[in-house]
Amino acid sequence: MKIYKLSMVFITMCASLLFVQCSDDDDNVLGLQTCNDGIQNGTETGVDCGGSCEPCAEETSIDFSGTFMQEDIMGRPGINTVFSGTDEVKNNFNSTTVTNRADFTSIFENTLETYHDVYAESLGLDPEDVNYVPNILGLDATTFATVLSQFDALQVAPNAQTTYFDSSTGVALTGRNIDDDVIDISLILMFGGGDINNLNFDGTNGLPLLISDSVGFGDRQVGDFPYLETPN
Amino acid sequence: MKKAKIFAAIGGVGLAVLSIFLIAADHIDSPSVAGTTTDIADLYAFEGSNPDNTVLIATLQGPLAPGDQTNDASFDENVLLEFNIDNTGDFKEDLVIQAIKRGDSMYFFGPVAPATQGLSSTVATSGPKHKVKISTSSEVEVTDQDGMKFFAGPRRDGFFFDFNRFNKVIKGEVAPEGFLPPGEASDFFENLNVLAVSVEVPNSMLGTPPAHVGGAVGIEGLPPAYNVWVSAKRRQ
Repeated sequence: MKIYKLSMVFITMCASLLFVQCSDDDDNVLGLQTCNDGIQNGTETGVDCGGSCEPCAEETSIDFSGTFMQEDIMGRPGINTVFSGTDEVKNNFNSTTVTNRADFTSIFENTLETYHDVYAESLGLDPEDVNYVPNILGLDATTFATVLSQFDALQVAPNAQTTYFDSSTGVALTGRNIDDDVIDISLILMFGGGDINNLNFDGTNGLPLLISDSVGFGDRQVGDFPYLETPN
Repeated sequence: MKKAKIFAAIGGVGLAVLSIFLIAADHIDSPSVAGTTTDIADLYAFEGSNPDNTVLIATLQGPLAPGDQTNDASFDENVLLEFNIDNTGDFKEDLVIQAIKRGDSMYFFGPVAPATQGLSSTVATSGPKHKVKISTSSEVEVTDQDGMKFFAGPRRDGFFFDFNRFNKVIKGEVAPEGFLPPGEASDFFENLNVLAVSVEVPNSMLGTPPAHVGGAVGIEGLPPAYNVWVSAKRRQ
């Protein structure tokens, strides 16, 4: 998948051969990078320029000036689209920082309960009797809404298993892999209740299937960098 | 939330409100950005194939149909994409990795402390700088330098979801069944594309992670973790 510039590799190899002949200096090959040796090495982004050397001529003329204002923002998948509910709230969410979301907590909690009420009504049940149940993370509705609204970032654990939720290891909230089924995980947290071995709304006992959309990663594959596949 | 309060809040328009819903993880989420070059579709963050690295991937402008729509999609020179990393636990960005298009390349700055935190940004030209030629559907360009890797270009959408069924579910149109069983459900995004920006960075460049936020709400035993989000900002 990766396309290396072979000529660059060749030049770099030739350069390193020059250095290894001086056996005493083997450990200092990188240290021998200079900004006037006629080759691109070390941290240089061009021949004898960029990186720790002077900027390359072509790049000094590039204009990176200006002030940029936030138009969209995303931490965890689906938060704004699923919980904000109205166009106005969605727009507001996208133009706020993560630390300025206190006003969204009650909105998100309302949405969570409204989902349950919509289904209760369509089933002919009293919405009062069909409510969010603290989920498998042990979060009540207000706390769940708080986590979603005010801590909306992916938690990413370095040097540990990264996963949105791995039912086989129980590890949760340490990252998001491309093939993590974030929809099913989100649905389980919203509708499944607190017993992972006996989840609510699993399509049995006359109740709807609300904890899985029944689609998976399909025939996609996760390769090496850049990890996402060649486009269709 | 009690019923009376809910219906006081949403009244008779509840179903109508709920009918305006999710396209994808964040795909086309908000009217103000839908269909624009700042529209973020997804964010992934995971351990790299080198376990000492973290991979950050943002996808934009999705979903794109194969063919012309994908081939014609392009990054916007007026849009600054920022991966934000909070390594102190206050949900404010301590480090950013910025990506912005110039010419046929995507330029990257960081990880570096941003000049300012919050809604507005400037390009951190004093930070570590790299670039990668923007890939096409058929030609993949990767920069691998200083322990970091960079990519920008069209990719297959990794997001999977029976979106059409979901819209019916939330409107109560398919009660009592809800979602379809395996075999009948279909993945709306299976054959669609996005524009992707991928960065792989050594964890050593991201600082020491703070205590996991889960501890603040009683979820114990989670390892220290950065808080990571992505933002798209337009030049004023």
